[in-house]
Amino acid sequence: MSGTAVSTLDQAMSPAESRLSHRASRHIKEKIIESVLFLAALVSVFTTLGIVYILVSESVVFFSHVPLWDFLTDKQWTPLFDDAHFGIMVLLSGTLVSSGVALLVAIPLGTVIAVFLSEFAGPRLREIVKPMLELLSGVPTIVYGYFALLFVTPLLQRFMPELPGFNLLSAGLVMGIMIIPTVSSIAEDAMRAVPMNLREGSYAMGATRLQTALKVVVPAAFSGIMAAYILGISRAVGETMILAVAAGMQPNLTWNPLEPAATITAFIVQVALGDLPHGSVGYQTIFAAGLTLMLMTLVFNILGYWLRKKYREQY
Amino acid sequence: MADPKPALESLPLKAHAAGLNFHYGDFQALKNIDMPIYDKRVTALIGPSGCGKSTFLRCFNRMHDLYPGNRYEGEIRLHPDNVNLLDRAVDPIEVRMRLSMVFQKPNPFPKSIFENVAYGLRVRGINQRAVLEEKVEEALRSAALWNEAKDRLHEQAFNLSGGQQQRMCIARALATEPEILLFDEPTSALDPIATASIEELIAELKEKVTILIVTHNMQQAARVSDFTAYMYIGELIEYGWTDDIFIKPKHEQTEAYITGRFG
Repeated sequence: MSGTAVSTLDQAMSPAESRLSHRASRHIKEKIIESVLFLAALVSVFTTLGIVYILVSESVVFFSHVPLWDFLTDKQWTPLFDDAHFGIMVLLSGTLVSSGVALLVAIPLGTVIAVFLSEFAGPRLREIVKPMLELLSGVPTIVYGYFALLFVTPLLQRFMPELPGFNLLSAGLVMGIMIIPTVSSIAEDAMRAVPMNLREGSYAMGATRLQTALKVVVPAAFSGIMAAYILGISRAVGETMILAVAAGMQPNLTWNPLEPAATITAFIVQVALGDLPHGSVGYQTIFAAGLTLMLMTLVFNILGYWLRKKYREQY
Repeated sequence: MADPKPALESLPLKAHAAGLNFHYGDFQALKNIDMPIYDKRVTALIGPSGCGKSTFLRCFNRMHDLYPGNRYEGEIRLHPDNVNLLDRAVDPIEVRMRLSMVFQKPNPFPKSIFENVAYGLRVRGINQRAVLEEKVEEALRSAALWNEAKDRLHEQAFNLSGGQQQRMCIARALATEPEILLFDEPTSALDPIATASIEELIAELKEKVTILIVTHNMQQAARVSDFTAYMYIGELIEYGWTDDIFIKPKHEQTEAYITGRFG
């Protein structure tokens, strides 16, 4: 029995060259697969580099006309006027206020939903609720924009009659609703990844479900929950259509969500759709604005990376 | 071994299982188990994988209630109250307030050492700093971790070594002064030195508390326990004084398992 096994093995292995060539062909195959995968990875790297290159090179031209100091401190944003001012704070305030409103909606609600789905809902309920929630993030943002403009704003005006038709509040609220599934879904995944033996340890001490969820699962999933928040912030900061439609497009340096204002993204839409001559300073403002936006998201991503590293799960 | 063993009838009972059946859905994992648990003694549960020893242990603090589709029949009575722990009318949280468990893998919570040990007390609504400090120190001393941990109480528990983490989990389980301490293979994730220290600890703890320990390590059962129960495919095959089980088992299968010819 063992003798025949050895002899068949010998036959298969005996010609040394065929063994070697077999290895070589496998080697080539693996090399090809490796390079295909590498190229696929390169596409995204080059896209990012390309975007950075264009934003930076166009912004350099912009900043040769407009001093950086003015860009950061000027309280007016009138790039298309004869008396042009380029104070990014004007647009930044709109972005920050609307994002702030959105996060006030999305973070508490998203977290509560995530805790519920992960720790309280049965598997059947979760299977129904989760896809429905994720549908929310699949709604085109332009639809949300008109929902904010034509439904939420009139609704709010019943309680606040002086609320203007365009305002940051309703845009922010609707944006928050849009972001809920992003936050809840990632936060829930993080909580569900907390190993069962941690939960069992808590239950075995006599803890209730709520105590287990809040005192053990949420702290254990902290870094993942933070990642969910950061992604929510990035989405809020980068959101365009809802704001362009429902918040009005006039630049307005304000911290009051009841006022209309333009955000960085809304401004870029406005200018990109206009007929500005290529190469004019007005045209280049969108690159400076885009660079600002990208730097903001970069800061959030770095913050998220740092938080994840600091509070990484060590189960 | 030479000490005369007291008559079983004279020993006080802490709990006993009677006619205990347990089902995971359609699968019956425990079959008609009757077993005494004597007060302030160590009872070891041994048997090959899948024999139901962990399942049996987890009946005591109703851990099976956490998952749907599980069903108990029969009873585990806790003495002296003579209450059936498995009764549907008995709140599993109440049960877990009186019986603590230490798991196979150390499972420190993402908190400081202090907060880990204080967890059970906080869950019971005890928040006065002075009380917590006293109980935490007492529990850490009982778990032989005080000297190593006293200067780092507010560090993350993850920073402890594996053996220290497990002793911290024992301290956590002790802090609430449980009546029975359930150990589910507490040393299977630890190195021999850490294992030895946990075994030493178990020998000390039985002065204060009744202990039930699941182990796959025969020597460990022989070293730490007063009584041993050998289980096989959901049934209790043999129960008795550990000395008797290891020296002159009544069942051939028990002997085969203990000597390593089976399992």
